[in-house]
Amino acid sequence: MTPPQTAPMTVRVAADSLALACGADAVAATFQRAGCEVQRVSSWGMHWLEPLVDIGGEGFGPVAPGDVAAILHGDKTLSIGKIEEHPFIARQMRLTFARAGKTRPLSLDDYGATGGWRGLQKARELAPETIVEQVTASGLRGRGGAGFPAGIKWKTVAAAPCTEKYIVCNADEGDSGTFADRMVMEGDPFQLIEGMAIAGLAVGAGKGFIYLRSEYPHAIKTMRAAIEASREIVAPFTLEVRVGAGAYVCGEETSLLNSLEGRRGEVRAKPPLPAIAGLFGLPTVVNNVLTLAAVPHIIADGPEKYANFGLGRSRGTMPVQLAGNIKYGGLFEAGFGMSLRELVEDIGGSTASGRPIKAVQVGGPLGAYIPLDQFDIQFDYETYAGAGALIGHGGIVVFDDTADMARLARFAMHFCAEESCGKCTPCRIGAVRGREIMDRIISGNGRPVDAVEGLPQMHNATTAGRSHVDEVALLTDLCDTMKYGSLCALGGFTPYPVMSALRFWPEDFGLTRELVEGASA
Amino acid sequence: MNEFSSHAACVAALVERHGARQDALLPLLHDLQAEVGFISEEAIRALAAALNLGRAEVQGVVSFYHDFRTQPESRPVIKLCRAEACQARGVEGLIAALPDDFTQRVALDSVYCLGLCSVGPNALVGGAVQAHLDAEKLQQLAGVKS
Repeated sequence: MTPPQTAPMTVRVAADSLALACGADAVAATFQRAGCEVQRVSSWGMHWLEPLVDIGGEGFGPVAPGDVAAILHGDKTLSIGKIEEHPFIARQMRLTFARAGKTRPLSLDDYGATGGWRGLQKARELAPETIVEQVTASGLRGRGGAGFPAGIKWKTVAAAPCTEKYIVCNADEGDSGTFADRMVMEGDPFQLIEGMAIAGLAVGAGKGFIYLRSEYPHAIKTMRAAIEASREIVAPFTLEVRVGAGAYVCGEETSLLNSLEGRRGEVRAKPPLPAIAGLFGLPTVVNNVLTLAAVPHIIADGPEKYANFGLGRSRGTMPVQLAGNIKYGGLFEAGFGMSLRELVEDIGGSTASGRPIKAVQVGGPLGAYIPLDQFDIQFDYETYAGAGALIGHGGIVVFDDTADMARLARFAMHFCAEESCGKCTPCRIGAVRGREIMDRIISGNGRPVDAVEGLPQMHNATTAGRSHVDEVALLTDLCDTMKYGSLCALGGFTPYPVMSALRFWPEDFGLTRELVEGASA
Repeated sequence: MNEFSSHAACVAALVERHGARQDALLPLLHDLQAEVGFISEEAIRALAAALNLGRAEVQGVVSFYHDFRTQPESRPVIKLCRAEACQARGVEGLIAALPDDFTQRVALDSVYCLGLCSVGPNALVGGAVQAHLDAEKLQQLAGVKS
């Protein structure tokens, strides 16, 4: 079919893996066959509209190959109007994702034309101490788990007297419900490269590694191509992608370092901190993707601009990831401080299934489950920590009322048992025992027995079986041991989903609120 | 199979490419598996010798990571995401509804998150990502049903 225009029309379609998974290639090919010039760009992050097609700033989505002819003939059924004016985009404050949807990920021209490399150029004119000072002044905190200030980490590495140091990008934080890292690496890879090169200048490191999870094959391909394309620009700094091998615990920085060295990804005890003795025993900056990707803005536009976003000690913007059973899922970058209700109900449009929301899990598989009546909680590090929850990577996973919280709590223990590196006892054995206790609670049988261990003489359990109160008390005690006794966040944070599920939804475990409160008191 | 006469010969060629340092072990294992489909006993011995490591040390690394297979897999492999976000979108129900013979014909590996958490359930099939899975699409991907 011939399009109505004579000049070829430019059509933009995302080449991000989420768009591909939704069929973007077939849509792009259909536009091409119709005579359009197709540009493959990054994703805007409005996932419910993918494949989203951008024609002269107007968006259409979700588009199937069969819709292409109608769109080219002026059909507006799938039109969402001007993409930039769409409420989902207009309400955001995009820094890290300022280029999302607008540029071709591997185009150096597009990157340069949208302010790329300005930070690196400036950094080259600054003294290393000044770069570190600016990162500190911006208030940038690690966007992974604990929210450790990036500037302090950099300062320690910069002060170390070694000539050889490393920058390691932790791109293995594969928390369920998070995809911002993947979107940076697939959509704006030069931004991460620039951030790492600046970090190299700041601390005196000549080489960087991106440890990337194997579950992101497209990000691996894009990152490798981007490193190749920008080799001369970032020289003498050099970069290499290393691919993980499906071990969740390697998102933990010291496990990651062991894995990079070709060992089992077992956690290292700290101290020494990686900033003092990291990769190959040398001083190493380990930051995650979002942290490093924020750096070019901070240096290019000054730390004040960045620090002006957010509130309290949570500065800058946070790319919130709306995921799970949510109607308008995607990437929403905003200053800290929005309430969960705004994010989930207002922006996310509540559940995709149309059923009532039961729970949201914030901060990945080790984050707490939060019930509907606590949705006014404000989104920042301190408020969440105060509420016994975690922001983690900024992922929000929504569950509708069909979710079985006992099953999800059991899954958290099971996941910890499967993924434990085995180095410390609370995590390695605690998670297995936790799963067993949970099985007994869920089956409603209490403890049937010593047959569980088959060692009636060797432990101090009662032979008559254990009541539900005792089981819950035991689980609570076990969770405390894991929380305070584990070497890293895998064992240490598993109690968050488990205990929050038990506390807020005891009926799913066949228990009552009084029983749970009594047992955990 | 492949152009190499043995797994040890393949290891030798890959060590040539990656270098004989321990930190090359993961890249070596990835390439080896891509080349021959799994990490054999013979390959582990060859790797240990080439990198000057103990056999148990290499074995320990291979067994630690979920990605590495120690047996050949002849069935098509579907890596299905079973993490929380896909659970919230019904992946467990999807698995429960699969026909009994499905796992005899297809290797259904569990992965924990492909980063497509707002459009699940998702899977990785032969390097291609697939979103919005339902029972029918899953069977089509598996080639069980056309």
